[in-house]
Amino acid sequence: MTAVRTRRRVALLACLLSGCASLANAAGGTLRIITWADYVPADVVAQFTKETGIKVEVALSNNEEIISKLRATRGAGFDLAQPSQDRILGPQQEFGIYKPIDLAKVQVDRIQPDLLATVRRNATIGGRLYALPYVWGAEGLVVNTKRTQINDYLDLCRADLRGRTSVRLRRPTLMAFAFAMGKDPFALYSDTKAYTALMEQVGARLIACKANFRFFFDNRDQLLNGMRSGELHAAMMWDSGGWKLNRENPDIKFIAPKSGALGWLDTYALPARGKNEAAAYAWINFTLRPEIAARIAKSIGNFSAAKGADQLTDPVLRAQFAASFPEGFKSVRWYPAIPPGLEEIEGRILDRVKAAK
Amino acid sequence: MAETTTQASQRLILWLLLAPALIWLLGLILLPHLDLALLSLRERTGPGEYAFGLAQYRTFFSEPLYWDVFVRTATLSVIATALTLLLAFPIAWTIAKLTRGRLSALLFAVCLIPFWVSETVRTLGWMILLRETGVLPSLLVTLGVTEVPIEMLYRDATILVGLVYTSLLFMVVPLYGSLESLDDSLIEAGYDLGGNGWTVLRTVVIPHAAPGITAGCIVVFMLTLGNYLTASLLGGKNSLWFTEQIYTQFITRFNWEQGAAFGFLLLALSSVMVWIGLRLSGQRFSDVMSRT
Amino acid sequence: MTTFDLEAKGLSKHFGTHTAVDALSFGVERGSFFSILGPSGCGKTTLLRMIAGFVEPDAGDVEIGGRSMRGVPPNRRPVNMVFQQLALFPMMSVGENVAYGLARRGVRRADRERKVDEMLERVGLPGSAAKRVDQLSGGQRQRVAIARSLVLEPTLLLLDEPLGALDLKLRERMKIELKQLQAAFGTTFVYITHDQSEALVLSDRVAVMNGGRFEQVGTPQELYYSPATPFVAGFVGANNRIEGRVTSIDGDLVEVRSESGWAVHARRQGALRLGDAAAAFVRPEVAVLGRSMADLALAEPAAVHRGTVESLLFDGANSVVLLREQASRCEFRVALPQTGRYADLKVNEPVLFSFAADRAVCFATGSAHG
Ligand SMILES: Nc1ncnc2c1ncn2[C@@H]1O[C@H](COP(=O)(O)OP(=O)(O)O)[C@@H](O)[C@H]1O
Ligand SMILES: [Mg+2]
Repeated sequence: MTAVRTRRRVALLACLLSGCASLANAAGGTLRIITWADYVPADVVAQFTKETGIKVEVALSNNEEIISKLRATRGAGFDLAQPSQDRILGPQQEFGIYKPIDLAKVQVDRIQPDLLATVRRNATIGGRLYALPYVWGAEGLVVNTKRTQINDYLDLCRADLRGRTSVRLRRPTLMAFAFAMGKDPFALYSDTKAYTALMEQVGARLIACKANFRFFFDNRDQLLNGMRSGELHAAMMWDSGGWKLNRENPDIKFIAPKSGALGWLDTYALPARGKNEAAAYAWINFTLRPEIAARIAKSIGNFSAAKGADQLTDPVLRAQFAASFPEGFKSVRWYPAIPPGLEEIEGRILDRVKAAK
Repeated sequence: MAETTTQASQRLILWLLLAPALIWLLGLILLPHLDLALLSLRERTGPGEYAFGLAQYRTFFSEPLYWDVFVRTATLSVIATALTLLLAFPIAWTIAKLTRGRLSALLFAVCLIPFWVSETVRTLGWMILLRETGVLPSLLVTLGVTEVPIEMLYRDATILVGLVYTSLLFMVVPLYGSLESLDDSLIEAGYDLGGNGWTVLRTVVIPHAAPGITAGCIVVFMLTLGNYLTASLLGGKNSLWFTEQIYTQFITRFNWEQGAAFGFLLLALSSVMVWIGLRLSGQRFSDVMSRT
Repeated sequence: MTTFDLEAKGLSKHFGTHTAVDALSFGVERGSFFSILGPSGCGKTTLLRMIAGFVEPDAGDVEIGGRSMRGVPPNRRPVNMVFQQLALFPMMSVGENVAYGLARRGVRRADRERKVDEMLERVGLPGSAAKRVDQLSGGQRQRVAIARSLVLEPTLLLLDEPLGALDLKLRERMKIELKQLQAAFGTTFVYITHDQSEALVLSDRVAVMNGGRFEQVGTPQELYYSPATPFVAGFVGANNRIEGRVTSIDGDLVEVRSESGWAVHARRQGALRLGDAAAAFVRPEVAVLGRSMADLALAEPAAVHRGTVESLLFDGANSVVLLREQASRCEFRVALPQTGRYADLKVNEPVLFSFAADRAVCFATGSAHG
């Protein structure tokens, strides 16, 4: 009797000291995920909780915020994060916000091997892997074919599209424009000087184009609304957003640009000081099940990294994919990992674009 | 003897009463600022390695972009403050001097309306109203004022309108307080002795309301200077607000050092502006603060 | 022919259904001290503000210096006002306050300063120009407020109960100063008060106001000794009031008998017939006191009344004894003589008192006067 009470008191004290809030929860506890909108559908969570007793709390975010938040807490506050595969190496080296994945705890054979290989290439530090692939897609152009025709990013700067296009003022835009200008920024990643020079060129191009941009969009809905209302005729956009518009209005099409679509791949990563590692692995294995993965892919409007999910994918989505990428995925370029320090160079360029009149 | 003990215990009680405020001040304001100050004095030398240095401040002065945004933010904030004052004065005057009871309450409520919804919702409301396909441009076309819908967003004027709208109440309240306390007979005496509307305003009303005016201006200036949402959403691709720069440095560039330096520069700017404002209006800080 | 600095012609002002000023017409002679005396709420301030131009009359006109003021704003009227709360500008020095009107007229700084110094000297505040207003005593502020107006040499100075906020001692002194200032400057003063002593001491002429109308306009002596209405008789000076019916008329003298049966004689004011309801007013200082008939030798035996001492109200020169008439138990006040005689009166002591009938006045009440 007394022993139990003492133990409970010790636990309570430990709980207070460690600042934990959810010790009182049932066996599985709570899984806290920081991720993108639509990445964790409610029905999938419900099933997961029913099966495991683990509650799931979701914080919606984007790449930069995931890194900033984890940096601020030195990797605490969340048990699972879903950054893009190219945004792991640099922040990990700089801030140490993640911990390596224990592959023994994951059903690795359920992951598509080529995607796993891509992540292995970009997110391995000191021989240890820091991420697993989750969902992938490509960034390209969305165009209202009723209003105009375009083929490549530079078409967004055409004189007849003045004030009718939009891009994000983020690094993918810099990459896309560099490729459209016939350059390969990825090849210069390790050559700071040449990379700076290239980025300055790209910045100058964007500044020259600025009158064409109605606004720089910050979130998907802002762009979707602009396309829907007709205020925008064409924009840089990722596939799922483009296909969403296409389902609403067939005149709006998502196209792979001539210079090549940029492929993104979002991952599972474990924050360095996450508390419920067991729950995180349980969630990873759960979401790698083909039927669950297919449901997630449908919620996001993209493709899952889990094997067998593609066969279960929505036929409409498959048709849209075929229309947007007639040559399949050969033209898609994957982002290599960003070395630390690169983003500072890009940031300065982006600021200049923003400030230009 | 007895007196000293009561004094001592009184002092103890005073400290105890002040303790929460002091802890709050120390823990939530002073310490983070100290941390930020140290952060702003670091420069990155390698992955995860930092050294002491002034590089962040050098960047601010050597990159014209940051300096321009800084000056622009300050200028627009001053303009927004002046416009708010011009707009709030007649409102405060009406509430304080021309209306009674129900009507004054109604006018106050009108100034409160902006705060019934969150800043985000309010700003998005403005966007719906002002965008090219929005309510106002279509209305102008319907009325035949313009031939095609014009884009009203993403202009400095729009930012100013949004900022003034958001700040109005913070100007009206201190103004109302100081105008309310102005004895009507002083105004009448001004007229009686030969003053006209303008001279009475200048010689009687404004000197009396000066602490309220200064307080309102300081609050509104600080609010606009630190505004993030209104300026960045309504301003669109050209918004360039300094707080946005700070946010960008912290969140999207992971450059906390630069962000901290910018934060300190903004703090310095607002302190200097408040000082100038107090100087110009000949007010003492304590008088003004008792008005807010 | 007298010249009027101020003439009101049928001035009226209504607030909703309330009539604050009711068709007033009067004139104020140049250089005179004119007071308007009335209880609080009778419309004095409203009247003054119509003259100053802050309130638009519903009907009638104000002429100042022979010129109609219709449509002339307050800042263009040759009138200045000393406000009830003085309304000195707190953010300005004494000198700036006095110079305010001059500056508005565009008088040059050097001239302004000279005039301000002169004026401050004349009101007995030399060298105070640099002082702050809150450094002055109540009486000094009073003088600054007057100086601020008089420096503009107005045709008319309006004063709205300017002594109301002062304590008694200071008020007594300021009364004298005001009188002296008015005499020295020769400016026409229109002075509002609810204090009859101020009105009587200061004024050349006094208008007694009640319910938006003037009950009587006259010199202080006329008001005091020949009140034209019961209101004036009751309001100006303390008065004994005996109500009853007229029981006999003898030329100007009438006998009024109260319901309790006490009969007094008084001079008739206005028409009175036998049996009319009437009120007689007797001033305490008109009545004389005695312990025996011998003390009242000068009085007619018929005018001697009996009473008992109710209480002694000692107030120096204004001491009175409160009596009850023996038969009717009516209350009656008699002033105690300055000689100190009768200071030893005891409560319940029987005394005799008497007053001359021609120094008491009698008005019809009821139907004739409201
Ligand atoms: N602005 C006003 N609105 C309504 N009623 C008023 C106003 N000014 C005065 N009154 C009313 O008119 C009457 C006379 O007021 P006032 O001239 O101030 O009297 P006094 O100065 O003799 O005390 C009072 O009953 C007062 O309530
Ligand atoms: Mg009054």
